Amino acid sequence: MEIGAALPELSIDLTPTVVVSTALATMDFTPVHHDVEVARAQGSKDIFLNILTTMGLVERYVTDWAGPAAVIQGIAVKLGVPAYAGDRLRFSGTVVSRAEGRTAVEVRGRVSLGDHATATVTLTEEGTGR
Amino acid sequence: MSVPPMSDQELHELAGKLAALGEVRGTPARDPVNEPMIRHWLDAMGDTNPAYLEKGVAPPAMAQVWTMPGARGPANERSPVNDLMGALDASGYPGVVATNCEQTYHRYVRIGERLTPATRLTDLAGPKRTALGVGYFATWQVTWYDEADEPVAGMLFRVLKFRPAAREQASQERAAYPLQPAINQDTAYFWEGVQQGELRIQTCADCGLHRHPPGPLCPACRSADRSYRVASGHGILYSYVVHHHPPVPGRETPFVVGVVELPEGVRIVGNVVDCPIEEVAIGMPLRVTYRRMDDRLVLPMWAPGEA
Repeated sequence: MEIGAALPELSIDLTPTVVVSTALATMDFTPVHHDVEVARAQGSKDIFLNILTTMGLVERYVTDWAGPAAVIQGIAVKLGVPAYAGDRLRFSGTVVSRAEGRTAVEVRGRVSLGDHATATVTLTEEGTGR
Repeated sequence: MSVPPMSDQELHELAGKLAALGEVRGTPARDPVNEPMIRHWLDAMGDTNPAYLEKGVAPPAMAQVWTMPGARGPANERSPVNDLMGALDASGYPGVVATNCEQTYHRYVRIGERLTPATRLTDLAGPKRTALGVGYFATWQVTWYDEADEPVAGMLFRVLKFRPAAREQASQERAAYPLQPAINQDTAYFWEGVQQGELRIQTCADCGLHRHPPGPLCPACRSADRSYRVASGHGILYSYVVHHHPPVPGRETPFVVGVVELPEGVRIVGNVVDCPIEEVAIGMPLRVTYRRMDDRLVLPMWAPGEA
């Protein structure tokens, strides 16, 4: 976990099943996340990921790399373009700071339209500083 | 909630008042933190981290999940945020896009705990010019509390409420037709028929009398039992006026309003269309035609037909 270290990339195929199943698993029943006709009527090109899922995927991306002993302290996301069904979400990340047991990772989640999410994730190791 | 449009100053005053309310408690989570929802969430996210279920804690990014209203929950619970969103909608900023979601986790919550959210409106900034259109940035803070009233997680959330710039013209073209019929249990059959291209005429289920406009009782036998039949769609122009003035929202003048006599024995009011006004004449044969007025409303109108 050296500063500047890159996290392995993660690419997620945003099938309609992924978009719908994550929306429902996060208890978000807003139609634009599962009903393509409603999404199109509102000017979107397809159903798209909900924000609770973006938060969850960013968390997963970092813990996949950091391992089960990581304790996530915070996730700050700047939201960009929508992540539509049919697209691919590619995560990359870099360790940007390490101090007193706290590590900060910058995460970018890109889709074909640009940055879907730019995040800073702060974590500690179990049994270390809170 | 129906609210009047507000000026920029009034919006800021409202935001100030709502912010001054401080933290407003929401409805406690329907379910305590539980293993099935955690497992479902992990599966959907593709998250194979075994730590959560081994230790009996929820993934921290699930914080908000526990207090979501659910498919049949109160979609628009009264809250400072919803009041402000309503005012922005009414003031010409219907677009919404989230820009920031910043969560802080004080500790991981354990299976069995029940969380309660509380929301505090913290800021309204604008109007500002953005790529999406002119709009306001509204920011609020949600804190989730455990049963001992200790905060376990917090979230700063910011949205841009905007007046869509590029789509302004398109939205006008698709705007709802301003004159909408009153649809109720006496008239719903008629409007449902129109949607399907059927001109439905109310009938008395007892004596069979046709009547239009619809009503709850038969004027002949006073029966409240009613039905309808589908009219042939032919008619004769019984009377008409040409409307020049005053202007009518959603319509271009002049237009023809006719009373059409149907072979089914009733008269019905409707526009006469597809015919130069000077050729409109009492007694002319007409046939019904259906015009889509907006995304939902279809109106029956009358065009020249065969004698």
